Amino acid sequence: MKTLITVILCLLLSSLGFAQDNNKETKKDTTKLEEVLVLSRRKLSNHRQEKTLSSIDDYLEKSNKVTMIKRGNYAWEPTINNMTSERLVVTIDGMQIFGACTDKMDPITSYVDVSNLEKVTIGSGQEGTENGHSIGGGIDLKLPSSKFNGSGFKSGLDLGYETNGNYKATGLDLEYTGNKFFISADGIYRKSDNYDAGNNEEILYSQFEKYNISLKTGYKFSETQSIDANVIYDKATDVGYPALPMDVSLAEALIASLTHNYKPEDKALKSLETKLYFNTITHIMDDTKRPVVAIRMDMPGWSDTYGFYSKADVVQNKHHFTFNFNGFYNKSLAEMTMFSNNPSEPDMFMYTWPDIRTLYSGIFIKDDFHFSAHETLASSIRLGYHKNKIAKEVGVQSLEIFHDNVQDQNNRFLVSLSSAYQLKKENYNLSFGLGYGERAPSVSEGYGFFLFDSFDNYDYIGNPNLKDEKALEANFSFKQKFNDFEIGLESSYFHIMDYIIGEIAPDVSSMTIGANGVRVYTALDHASIFNTYVNSSYKISERFAINGTVGYNYGKGNDGENLPLIKPFSYFAEFNYNTPKFNAALQLDGNGNQSNYSSKYGENETADYAILNLNLGNVFHNKLGKTVLKYGVENILDTKYSTYADWNNFPRQGRNFYLNLSFVLQ
Amino acid sequence: MKLKYLLPIAFIALFFSCSTDNDDDAIVNETEGLELIQTIFNNNQTIELYNEKGMFETGYNLVSLRIKDNTTDSYIEDAILSWMPMMQMPTMEHSSPKSTISKALGKDTVYEGFIIYQMTNTDASGWSLTLNYTIDGTDYSVTETISVFQYENQNTSTFMGSDGTNYILALIEPKDPSIAVNEMKVGLFKMENMMTFPVVEDYTIALDPRMPGMGNHTSPNNTDLTYNNADNFYYADLSLTMTGYWKLNLKLMNANDDVLKGEDVTDENEASSLYLELEF
Repeated sequence: MKTLITVILCLLLSSLGFAQDNNKETKKDTTKLEEVLVLSRRKLSNHRQEKTLSSIDDYLEKSNKVTMIKRGNYAWEPTINNMTSERLVVTIDGMQIFGACTDKMDPITSYVDVSNLEKVTIGSGQEGTENGHSIGGGIDLKLPSSKFNGSGFKSGLDLGYETNGNYKATGLDLEYTGNKFFISADGIYRKSDNYDAGNNEEILYSQFEKYNISLKTGYKFSETQSIDANVIYDKATDVGYPALPMDVSLAEALIASLTHNYKPEDKALKSLETKLYFNTITHIMDDTKRPVVAIRMDMPGWSDTYGFYSKADVVQNKHHFTFNFNGFYNKSLAEMTMFSNNPSEPDMFMYTWPDIRTLYSGIFIKDDFHFSAHETLASSIRLGYHKNKIAKEVGVQSLEIFHDNVQDQNNRFLVSLSSAYQLKKENYNLSFGLGYGERAPSVSEGYGFFLFDSFDNYDYIGNPNLKDEKALEANFSFKQKFNDFEIGLESSYFHIMDYIIGEIAPDVSSMTIGANGVRVYTALDHASIFNTYVNSSYKISERFAINGTVGYNYGKGNDGENLPLIKPFSYFAEFNYNTPKFNAALQLDGNGNQSNYSSKYGENETADYAILNLNLGNVFHNKLGKTVLKYGVENILDTKYSTYADWNNFPRQGRNFYLNLSFVLQ
Repeated sequence: MKLKYLLPIAFIALFFSCSTDNDDDAIVNETEGLELIQTIFNNNQTIELYNEKGMFETGYNLVSLRIKDNTTDSYIEDAILSWMPMMQMPTMEHSSPKSTISKALGKDTVYEGFIIYQMTNTDASGWSLTLNYTIDGTDYSVTETISVFQYENQNTSTFMGSDGTNYILALIEPKDPSIAVNEMKVGLFKMENMMTFPVVEDYTIALDPRMPGMGNHTSPNNTDLTYNNADNFYYADLSLTMTGYWKLNLKLMNANDDVLKGEDVTDENEASSLYLELEF
């Protein structure tokens, strides 16, 4: 192991190493409509930019590397490289933010909306460690950058309706941009009733309602310095989770930041950005809408985070350095109160997250070394100090029921390294990268207390004595262009040591009525995860194009068992017709049979499926601005299906007609 | 449940009523944290009975006593005490398990012992307490009616074992349970006759805590109760995974591992016939 790390370090430091730049970026596809039309093939949501009002979840799902786990019609959990939240670092413009739900019903991506964002940066594996330590990768949801271009007033209105679930969405944004000052505000409201799966089967508890408001303002002091402030308020109510035994009555976030930008001219230092931020989340699970439950309960959770980062870009000769010094303090608290069916018995109470405080500070350095006209060596390192503290004494005592040795504090020193070589020629691209990363266990993995997972029907107990999870990673990508035909391959392999997963505690009785038992978080000695995708496209004419992707994923533990939530064979094909004012696309999207499922972790075989979608779009220009109309049919054949990533195999939407109308006034 | 709300109010009332009387009395410190249960007058002496709650309840009661010499208005520091609680039934009378009385550790005027009331009448009546004490070679005796209230949960159990012996089991700890591995402490006595209740030594009591309200959920890493000959009680680790109502299912075994009372909890058998209750 040590030798391997040394090897990677050597590679990092040597200019003979190999490289890759796997970061993919995409512009937001809502109100910034002109950008939708200019998206190139390699952008994240190249294929299916069909709706101007698509949710951030829909939006992320377009990437090869990203799959969304669905527990309902709302708040999907992103995975990268078949790894879920604990193994990823998801940030909002570099700000750390942690969900307040013990059952992962509120991934961070659910607290922002596309209207808040300018683009999404996805880094695979150790390429995604700019904002924190991860194994699988990082997602950074970028807020719009400050602009002082004097473009004046601008406004936009988006309206959307979908037949399936009677889904309505409305978005409004207003913006004033001066030369020294700008202010912008946007709001979005979404509401859906229960949707129907294929064959008109209503999926109960799949409704949701949410709104999101954001306000951003900035002031430019001088040619080199400006300051801006951003506030996002997001509130979802009445969110149903058909795949879970409980719903959510409130998921509320307030995200605030203050940023100072310094952009000197004609210096090696290109920019210095410093941000102070704060966010607070309240999440309330609720079972009052379920007619039959074994026992009524309340499960509120809170997560508050305070943090900062200071990020510098330095360009010197052929080197482009990125420095990021960051830190945060998080407080996660969740509790459960159960109301006994026998009124003479008192309420039952426990802390499911016993007020866990996490303090992190670390530094990230990246060097993009353009050592020749076509070649880049990108190397990065992140070093961090990570500390967990159990603030409630009862938290220590309750974990002592399961573990002999529970310290109220746990300190870790974390390292991430990566090095990637990239060759870009006119007709082909090649990249190769190696990485090593470590991560601390999540709050649930370390300190969770009787967290029910309806996926495998077990209660989970945290383990404060878990070791850091470590991963060695290799990735490769290649793309070749032959005139109008293009073919590419991308692939990643992860060897994960001390892979954290729940192990059945055979003699322990579950708390949740009807659960199969209890699992305590422990670690497999090692596990392997591999994925590969082949992308191809053919431009038939100026207006017609076809493209397709096939993917294969693999995940196994050292015990020979399949890992859970590994995507089966998947494919996607699209036929496009594009003119400047009209576009149409017919899509085929499918998965093979999930034969390598993990029965040990509650999975069963998910059947193969394929669905057809048709998307159409028109653009009209007039004196006041522009009108964009997007419309189409999803799941044309009304197929009843579920994917491997659907919690408890609850079925997805059946046939859906949609219409999005956007006005941009300038 | 209601007691939880009433008691603090009662305590506050007591505190304010007492504080004015005893402000300048330095000895008051010796009963700090204790509440007066009852005062028994016996000619020249006044005997004060205290415990944490200020009342006798069924189950284990740790009792603190002081004897005041009414003539000098001072507390006796060298008395020898013994006691005999007595329950008057329609056809017979019986006593209960109890300890000897000795000087409380680190105190000059306070004596200490325990009584386990295994039953009471619904109106708290039926019990009397006889105190015998010797001061400077002179013997005194006084008998007074006391009130013993029914504790809300089953914190004591009286039962006949398969060996034909009557036993009394009482929960002593945990007094303030928490979501943790709690130390559990019980007293086990047998009824030799109506008046004599010696400690039972070297038996084992299997422990299986359950929450009937949660599908008979149990907790891990509990141990069986074993006898400690240093203080003649039985001790075990009791894991409680949440607050609420817990049924502590027990199975009593003698030194030969013969089961005298109680059954295993299984899917078919929800509870043992021998159990104690806990609520927090």
